[in-house]
Amino acid sequence: MMTVSYSWVMALSAAIFAIGVAGVLLRRNILIMFMSIELMLNAVNLAFVAMARRMGSMDGQVIVFFVMTVAAAEAAVGLAIIISIFRNRETVNADELNLMRW
Amino acid sequence: MTVHFPALGLILLFPALGFLFNLFYGARWGRGWVNIVGPGVVFASFAIVVVAFIRLVTLPAGSVLSVTLWQWIHAGPFRADFTLQFDALSALMALVVTGVGALIHVYSVGYMAHDEDFARYFAYLNLFELSMLILVLADNLVFMFMGWEGVGLCSYLLISFWYANQSFAYAGRKAFVVNRVGDAGFLVGMFMIVAALGSHGLWTLNFAMLRANANLFTTQTATIAAILLVVGATGKSAQIPLYVWLPDAMVGPTPVSALIHAATMVTAGVYMVARLHFFFMLAPVAMELVATIGAVTAIYAASIALVQTDIKKVLAYSTISQLGYMFLGVGVGAFSAGIFHVMTHAFFKALLFLCAGSVIHALDGEQDMYKMGGLRTKLPITYETMFIATLTISAIPPFAGFFSKDQILESVYNSGHHGLWVLGIITAAMTSFYMFRLIFLTFFGDSRVDSEKVAHIHESPSVMTAPLIVLAVLSIAGGWVGLPEHVLWGNRLNAFLAPSVGEFTPIMQGGVFMLTGVSLGLAVLGIIAAWYFYLVAPGMPYLIAYQLQSAYNVMLNKYYVDELYNLIVTRPLFWISTMVLGRVVDSFIIDGLVDGAGLTVETGGQLSRRMETGNVQQYAFVYVLGVLAIVAYYLYLVTH
Repeated sequence: MMTVSYSWVMALSAAIFAIGVAGVLLRRNILIMFMSIELMLNAVNLAFVAMARRMGSMDGQVIVFFVMTVAAAEAAVGLAIIISIFRNRETVNADELNLMRW
Repeated sequence: MTVHFPALGLILLFPALGFLFNLFYGARWGRGWVNIVGPGVVFASFAIVVVAFIRLVTLPAGSVLSVTLWQWIHAGPFRADFTLQFDALSALMALVVTGVGALIHVYSVGYMAHDEDFARYFAYLNLFELSMLILVLADNLVFMFMGWEGVGLCSYLLISFWYANQSFAYAGRKAFVVNRVGDAGFLVGMFMIVAALGSHGLWTLNFAMLRANANLFTTQTATIAAILLVVGATGKSAQIPLYVWLPDAMVGPTPVSALIHAATMVTAGVYMVARLHFFFMLAPVAMELVATIGAVTAIYAASIALVQTDIKKVLAYSTISQLGYMFLGVGVGAFSAGIFHVMTHAFFKALLFLCAGSVIHALDGEQDMYKMGGLRTKLPITYETMFIATLTISAIPPFAGFFSKDQILESVYNSGHHGLWVLGIITAAMTSFYMFRLIFLTFFGDSRVDSEKVAHIHESPSVMTAPLIVLAVLSIAGGWVGLPEHVLWGNRLNAFLAPSVGEFTPIMQGGVFMLTGVSLGLAVLGIIAAWYFYLVAPGMPYLIAYQLQSAYNVMLNKYYVDELYNLIVTRPLFWISTMVLGRVVDSFIIDGLVDGAGLTVETGGQLSRRMETGNVQQYAFVYVLGVLAIVAYYLYLVTH
């Protein structure tokens, strides 16, 4: 069986995380930004399981479960906020959501 | 020998309780209760003082009753406790303070009968008794200073008792501020004593300890410290140059003038000098200063009293003049003579003020002697008692004032201060003149009372006349405890006070009969002059005043000292306060600091608020930059 080197897995994780960061910073649609945050969380999850396997420790895998739980809760709350914003402002463009401006 | 005597604490406890009761419950429980509690607590204190006094005289001479109420200051090696001591000097002062004080409290019941603020009045009066008793019973200078400040506070509160009148409030403030000047001197003198003894490893201000270690002071230290203490004494006892507050203090209720500004508080300076007599003996220069201040003040104040028309102002300047006698006495080393005069003066001057109060009360607040006259028949008890007091202050034998004043003048002469003695006897003549002028203008001649007041003239109620009668008896007989040597039982007071204040050592023996004869002759001359000027030839004073107009005006205007102080002290201070401290320090430096602090924060805020764009992606970008910076930092650490 062909084994994939851990370096590749870490590189993949880093790439996905970078895509997520770029999405949050560059896209104006908050729904897309939200998806990018999920992407970053999952990139971290990937790094955790890979490292857990390499270290022969269950700690990393356990943390992944916590992250998934939090991500699920966050998705529920986040989507609710986004819907609420859209109902009030009829936009999901981050540039237009600047009520906290000086 | 020191005897533990816990009952001394009760002497302070009663007035303290009276103060608290009158302050918190007096107005609510009503006049009946206040009239009982106010004087009652002072009588209770007086009873305890009498008990302690009887205990003291049964002990051998030089004994001290003492009790430590509680520990107070224990700072490093320095100690000062709430310890009361009851020696001969304290005993005499405490008897006067509580005895005369109790009588004046009783009198006040009548005097304040129509005043709404009776509870506050008696609260202050009880607090004064407490402070004054602390002053005379304290066994160390710090504790004594607490009483010293306490009586100053009560003096201020009672002078400006009718504070709704702004000039009365200002008079109280003047008394307070002038006393601050003196107290500053007192404090610095105290510090010098602590420091001087501390350099010998002795950290104390206890009187007995100071006395036992008096040899440790150098003459130089003792002189400077003593002069500073004298500054404090001139403030409290209204001597040149700090006497200016006392005449203004007459705006307070008349019983207050009698108690605080005649009988007790103003003698605190004399008491302090007598208490520290061993210390002042180390500083002959300071003693000379005390004697000179006393003699000059005596004649100076008497000359002002000659021309005053306000009955209380005459008595105020007379008080300053008599206090000058006491200073003169202690200044030449005749401490027991000075204290003797404190005692007799407490009797006759309290009586004079209370009589004046009775007259003022009868005339519905009138104080101008030229609007009185002929009151002899209408106020018989007031007239008779005031006449006795006048004979006493004029030093006519066998009244009390004769013995004490004569003892002072004799000591002054026999200590070699012949110049001061001449000032003293001239003052004696002026004293009898202005006092009989007061009597003749007030009680003799035709009535000059405003017509609408004539109908209301009435003798005071017996609650006011009874204290007058008691004080009149004391003014007659009070001096008999100090007869001249070899006359009947001799000078018992001197022997009693000697362990506390030492003996007077004359450097010469003047003819007693010559000295007494001269002062007595001058006193009688003063009476005759007053009789001639104000009864026989009432036009004469006007003629003389017209002839000597400039001198008369100078005296009438109190030598323009208030104006002088105003010019050299008050106005420059006011100028510095407004122009330098107000316009430069306050508006420029202090305001600049405060405004500058505000401006810095505001400008900083205006600049930094630009960062708050409200755009979440910009915040996230800065956040990512931060993360990258931290990561870069750790990578740098790992690779190097």
